[in-house]
Amino acid sequence: MNAFTRESAFRIVIVGHVDHGKSTLVGRLLHETGTLPVGKVESLRKVCEKRGMPFEWAFVMDALQAERDQGITIDTAQILFHTDRRPYVIIDAPGHKEFLKNMITGAASADAAVLVIDAIEGVQEQSRRHGYLLHLLGLRQLAVVVNKMDAVGYAQDRFEEVATEIRAYLADIGVTPTQVIPAAARHGDNIVAQSGKMPWYHGPTVTQVLDGFAPRVESTSLPLRFPVQDVFKFDHRRIVAGRVESGRIRVGDRLLFSPSGKTARVSSIETWNAPAAPSSAGAGQSIGIMLDEQVFIERGQIASHVEDAPVGTDVFRARLFWLGRAPLSVGRRYKMKLVTAEHWVTVEAIERVIDVNDLAAVPTEWVERNAVAEVVFRSRGQVALDEFVDDPKTGRFVLVDNFDIVGGGVISMAGFPDRRCRPDSADNDLTAVAHQVTTADRNRANGHASGILWLTGLSGSGKSTIAMELERRLFAKGRQVFVLDGDNVRQGLCADLGFSAEDRAENIRRVGEVAHLFAQSGMIVIAAFISPYRADRDRVRAIAPGLFHEIHVKAPLELCQRRDPKGLYLKARQGAIAEFTGVSAPYEPPLRPELEIDTGRLSIEESVDLIMRYIDRESVRGEAVGMAHPDVSL
Amino acid sequence: MTNDLDALESQSIFILREAFNRIDKIAMLWSIGKDSNVLLWLTRKAFFGHVPFPIVHVDTSYKIPEMIEFRDRVAREWKLPLIVGGNKAALDGGMHPSRGRVTCCGALKTEPLKQIIREHGFTGVIVGIRRDEEGTRAKERVFSPRTEAAEWDFKDQPPEFWDQFKTDFAPGTHLRIHPLLHWGELDVWRYIERENIPVVDLYFARNGRRYRSLGCAPCTGTVESNATTVAEIIEELQTTRVSERAGRAQDKESEDAFERLRAQGYM
Repeated sequence: MNAFTRESAFRIVIVGHVDHGKSTLVGRLLHETGTLPVGKVESLRKVCEKRGMPFEWAFVMDALQAERDQGITIDTAQILFHTDRRPYVIIDAPGHKEFLKNMITGAASADAAVLVIDAIEGVQEQSRRHGYLLHLLGLRQLAVVVNKMDAVGYAQDRFEEVATEIRAYLADIGVTPTQVIPAAARHGDNIVAQSGKMPWYHGPTVTQVLDGFAPRVESTSLPLRFPVQDVFKFDHRRIVAGRVESGRIRVGDRLLFSPSGKTARVSSIETWNAPAAPSSAGAGQSIGIMLDEQVFIERGQIASHVEDAPVGTDVFRARLFWLGRAPLSVGRRYKMKLVTAEHWVTVEAIERVIDVNDLAAVPTEWVERNAVAEVVFRSRGQVALDEFVDDPKTGRFVLVDNFDIVGGGVISMAGFPDRRCRPDSADNDLTAVAHQVTTADRNRANGHASGILWLTGLSGSGKSTIAMELERRLFAKGRQVFVLDGDNVRQGLCADLGFSAEDRAENIRRVGEVAHLFAQSGMIVIAAFISPYRADRDRVRAIAPGLFHEIHVKAPLELCQRRDPKGLYLKARQGAIAEFTGVSAPYEPPLRPELEIDTGRLSIEESVDLIMRYIDRESVRGEAVGMAHPDVSL
Repeated sequence: MTNDLDALESQSIFILREAFNRIDKIAMLWSIGKDSNVLLWLTRKAFFGHVPFPIVHVDTSYKIPEMIEFRDRVAREWKLPLIVGGNKAALDGGMHPSRGRVTCCGALKTEPLKQIIREHGFTGVIVGIRRDEEGTRAKERVFSPRTEAAEWDFKDQPPEFWDQFKTDFAPGTHLRIHPLLHWGELDVWRYIERENIPVVDLYFARNGRRYRSLGCAPCTGTVESNATTVAEIIEELQTTRVSERAGRAQDKESEDAFERLRAQGYM
């Protein structure tokens, strides 16, 4: 064997319910493969004698006194061993519910898992919880060992019963075990060699199954993700240091740093004591690069290729496991660590807590310790991330509360748009149009000021009806007014857009720009759009400062569904419309709208009156709609 | 990633850079043994030839003389920012392994280390321990918190996954950082061979015996071996079934000797 090239050790985690024999299996495995040092078994035999107990294989791994005293594994341990096929790291994980954080600590880094189930007790709560968590952690290779077969007389029926039960549970969460093996770890049955006591079993032994797991592949084929870990200025060089989490980086590549949006080219990959400077580096490598430009780069930015950038967002959904002593609850704020970035995030909604026993979804306000839940988070600024299915390394995060890591999650963006794809600011080469006629001139000529009345709310809340009536009444008073509505923009201006989260965001961006131009031309614009995302509406407010008036047209969802003026709710319920706001896609209500209209209680007439009064009030204040010039009256 | 040594190296460099970036005041412990030499080497790789934090050696005065010669030579050649600590009071009081090996380790290693941490206000100490050395080390975290009294609460360790380490901690506590935790003894020697890292001659066999692990002269024994080069040591380790710390007497005083030492702040 060449000393310099070996396969990296394959990492196996052993999980399962407390007392089902995980540590015993590991101890026996090490013994059978000749891994234990000389004298280890002898010294353990003495320890057991002194404690007045029969020989205990688990003591190989359970090194702590408290573990030996109580006969349980408290913390995860790792040990190296090898078969003829390859080197391994065996990770022993505790099965007691109390030590779930230690189980996750062990399991999160594994390449494959062995789930141990006691043949007498069968599938228990932690068997299910561990199976579920392995899947959540992204582990796709799993074998099951039905242990303690000696205690059921090596009976095939009992084995089949347990095997059927666990296969059914795993199938429900989308996992197919590579093998279910009957074994008696204490006696070494089916660990390395085929056991003579179970002639009815013709499958592979535990070590054969381990050797059969597919080796880990570094994610070099995924898009480049290079999170900045540090920027060093030890000598004349300015080196951006970090680890390539996925993909490949090459000298000459143009990099985009997210979420800052800065770009620069890689001018070199720096090394120390290396024969030649590398021209590229792949996933897993810790490197340092120099850039061709002095752009401001700091820890937490994720470098990618320009054409393959991570998602940019301030809201995302996660499936998470909660380890905090205090429950997670709506409105609480936590520090999120995602690769090298840290962001403050707030729990916006707890969508469901999953009961790992029957996989039922429980609606709740809290997520208790050791529970699994689906949660929506909102961050203060934009965060660069990926969906876990696209890139596990940048699609997962941990949460920190006070000084402790209290949970971990994997990200899904279902229902939320990627806000990066659309440019937020115009190209720098453009210059502002210099009108000879100002908006103020137009207002004076029109006899009133302009503005945008933005009606947002669920489908069926009454936006369009109110908009049309409002337009009629304002027009009758001599105002320059026009309604922009989903139906008139989607036929032309936005005919190329669908209803995905991204397309919805782009639709609103375009409408916002158009409404702004209308308002600058002196018009009162009434925009009636569901516009479900807060960030989209905030962007319109930002481009039209002082002109934007957010009016929340509010009605209970049940009422909107009963009204269903376009028959859309019915279609959505039948599954004919995917991602329908309020049914299968989120609606984010305004936090501080200028006006709220409750059409559950008010008639159309009353609703329009309320808006007319608002316009009068605003014009008295001399601002915005109908505002505006001292010498102009409404 | 080209091979397993590159993977081990990259992971250690990642950890060293995390420690340097996240922890206010850090230092690295240098025992003069092969592992901490590898750690120093990895530090120079991580920081492009620089060693950006102090290197601490706790001198018990019972170290094998060649170790001290080696320390001074390498520190000079590599321009290491070296801090040497020791417990003069205990030595003046006659501290010696004959008072009990665990007691002696506590007084001459753990105590001076705690004192240096206090004196310099270190909030993190980088240590070259490995999981495969010993049962309680197998349960260690990469970023492992210690209480104000430097104690290790091994019954309630923080969760650590996805390379997200515990870098937030209450004032008064500090961290031990273990960048070599995932390496095996054989990996260390293969890396020494590949990178040509200097080690003390004591590791090579003289008259059929060599040191496999280095410590204080009274408590460290040799093992039978004919390995006189790094390549021969690698060869030997692929077949041996003798444990690495077989020559370290303080581990064997009682079933829980090492656990007690470590709980009190030993490395």
